[in-house]
Amino acid sequence: MIYREAGQFKTTYGADQAIFPIWQDRWFVVLAVAAAFVVPPLVADEYWLQAVLIPFLVYALAALGLNLLTGYAGQLSLGTGGFMAVGAYSAFKLTTAFPQLNIIVVFLVSGVIAAGVGVLFGIPSLRIKGFYLAVATLASQFFLVWLFNKVPWFVNYAASGTITAPPRTVLGVMVTGPRATAEVRYLTALALVVVFAMIAKNLVRGRVGRSWRAIRDRDIAAEIIGVRPMRTKLLAFAISSFYCGVAGAELVFLFLGSAETLAFDINVSFLVLFMVIIGGLGSVLGSFLGAAFIVLVPIFLTNAPHAVGLALPVALMKQIELMVFGGLIIFFLIVEPNGLARLWQIAKEKLRLWPFPH
Amino acid sequence: MKSRALLIVLLGMALAVGPLVTLAQAAGEVYMPILTYRTGPYAPSGIPVAYGFNDYWNLVNARDGGINGVKLVFDECETQYNTQQGVECYERVKSKNPVIVNPFSTGITYQLIPKAAVDKIVIHSAGYGMTAAADGRWFPWVFNIPMTYWSQASAFIKHVGALEGGLDKLKGKKIAHIYHNSPYGKEANPTLETLARKYGFELTLLAVDHPGQEQKATWLQIRRLNPDWIYISGWGVMNQVAVKEAAAIGFKMDHVVGNWWTGTEADVIPAGDGAKGYKSMTFHAPGAGFKVHQDIFKHLYDKGKGNAPKREAVGEVLYNRALINAMIDVEAIRTAMGKFGNKPLTGEQVRWGMENLNITDKRLEEMGMKGMTRPLQATCENHEGNGQALVQQWDGKKWNVVSDWIEPMRDVVRPNLEAAAVQEGGKLGYTMRDCSKEK
Repeated sequence: MIYREAGQFKTTYGADQAIFPIWQDRWFVVLAVAAAFVVPPLVADEYWLQAVLIPFLVYALAALGLNLLTGYAGQLSLGTGGFMAVGAYSAFKLTTAFPQLNIIVVFLVSGVIAAGVGVLFGIPSLRIKGFYLAVATLASQFFLVWLFNKVPWFVNYAASGTITAPPRTVLGVMVTGPRATAEVRYLTALALVVVFAMIAKNLVRGRVGRSWRAIRDRDIAAEIIGVRPMRTKLLAFAISSFYCGVAGAELVFLFLGSAETLAFDINVSFLVLFMVIIGGLGSVLGSFLGAAFIVLVPIFLTNAPHAVGLALPVALMKQIELMVFGGLIIFFLIVEPNGLARLWQIAKEKLRLWPFPH
Repeated sequence: MKSRALLIVLLGMALAVGPLVTLAQAAGEVYMPILTYRTGPYAPSGIPVAYGFNDYWNLVNARDGGINGVKLVFDECETQYNTQQGVECYERVKSKNPVIVNPFSTGITYQLIPKAAVDKIVIHSAGYGMTAAADGRWFPWVFNIPMTYWSQASAFIKHVGALEGGLDKLKGKKIAHIYHNSPYGKEANPTLETLARKYGFELTLLAVDHPGQEQKATWLQIRRLNPDWIYISGWGVMNQVAVKEAAAIGFKMDHVVGNWWTGTEADVIPAGDGAKGYKSMTFHAPGAGFKVHQDIFKHLYDKGKGNAPKREAVGEVLYNRALINAMIDVEAIRTAMGKFGNKPLTGEQVRWGMENLNITDKRLEEMGMKGMTRPLQATCENHEGNGQALVQQWDGKKWNVVSDWIEPMRDVVRPNLEAAAVQEGGKLGYTMRDCSKEK
């Protein structure tokens, strides 16, 4: 009844090809983004912002990046943690070398550096496919983390080997460093995510996205109809690594405040891959749903027994959390192998007929 | 279809209920969280620590009725020794107004140092954390009482010197440092390098990557190098592997010295007889032979209130370490109460208590800890507290103390520490405070 496209006539090509052709979708997205900007800073406490929402946004960006590569271009990668580390360490080197440089610019430049590294490690994808490529990208994960641990130049010769986010302001407002408020960090992360999600959404429905999907679905056929595999695959690696690099920089500068290479170990790569798989391969929305699932559910499981007044030993709770979380992942993959994004799609189809299904 | 509906309900619940925060500091109580890791690869080290904290604070509540009548309230938060989970824990407990946070992880300490100063919460990293933070003029909110990694490393060199017949005999000797490749493991390196230059010994630094199960390459290098002494900075599963490997290549075990995080029962038992003679540093005596342990048995375990499932856990190395750590926290609060009154305190007041901490031998005796550790005294400048180190040795059954209390080379450590504090403080945009103006 509410969600109906009947009567919405498209009179121009532009209107027909809009990102959200149905006005209900358009308004829903606009309202959701506006709410995301306004509501949490007003109502959420610091715990929510700092420990829940900021990591969610950072991981959503990383998942988005990996989804472009794995979901759209079909290149399985386990190098996400390494590319995030490149972003983080580049941002640290850049902002300590040029303190006056705007931190947002620093994030973007670090993303570009990560993109360069991504292209380098994407070269094997021209010869290797599928699971074998995943193994090849593992090399980037291990090499990059080893490199940042080994060469003290990357950490400005700090004895401890940690990088620390220095205090930086944007337009007079403190954005990074210990004195930056959680609200500002949240808004910065959100703004970046919104912009990059918009770009991704546009990328995947344009020429680039179509050539990615062509390569994913049948690379030889794609090559025959004129899609150049080298350019397409490397472009996918570059753009995906750019997203991951920015996410890595955000992870250190907006979430953790300081980090060692352990923050980017192989677990991060797996985690982001799980987000993409659970959220839905080849779906921008899926990246967000997947990140929400992986970041929020463990926190929910840790706090749930407390909330209902159940005082279990902490260790037992952690083990239960791991078991339930693992069980949930299996449950989800069985019930909805196409990811959470597919659930949303089904919900929309149902809404279209509601309240009078056949 | 039903399962799909169930799925949607589950999702909705997760988003709606979400991370609820409960409990706040009630009137007449002081709250301190215990950041534990009873699960994950570092659990063998984390579990005895958790026992120690729980038991000591429970003892203070049960035996003394709290600190001057103010009850201690505490709960655990599981970090798995993972920095991100540690930050999540810190943010969660923050709303309950903790006065002191013991991260029990150097990695998490590094995360919390910038945050704590803003939130006005004392960070007590007892024998770990950032060495530079022991300069209280730059890091008012961070305390390393009783000792830093650098003091420990200098005490190790002193021990080696004593056994080699004098520090001047170190010239030309080969010492290898095998360390966990993390901020924690790297901590001792600058001091060892300084001392290597000063005494002319040859220092080799060998990193082992997290979590440390794979050390074959490292020990191959050791065999090639054939050092006179080995110093190990490990944690968790890395320790067991290192001790086993040392025994496997037939290295003289009494020339392998772990730092104080590399010398617990769990580290040596898996190596069996091969671990006999293995040494480690410590800042307290091992064993359950002190009066405080009798109190713990009497007030907790005899009544079934002990945190550990077995009485044998009482007196383990890391258990005792947690006792010392918990004791320092309690004494700091007690000191602060001497000035601000016997009531729940703020972080700021407890910070004052930490800075004016003075645990004398007499006080140690009252607490039943005489001989277990050295008297400690902190000041505004000195957040290290003048602790002293011991060397303990594994005889196949238990740890025995084999040295006198070793005074670290403070003349070497302190200037380096102050220089590092300028650097680390500068990174965070701190300025040095004037300690003569502190009341």
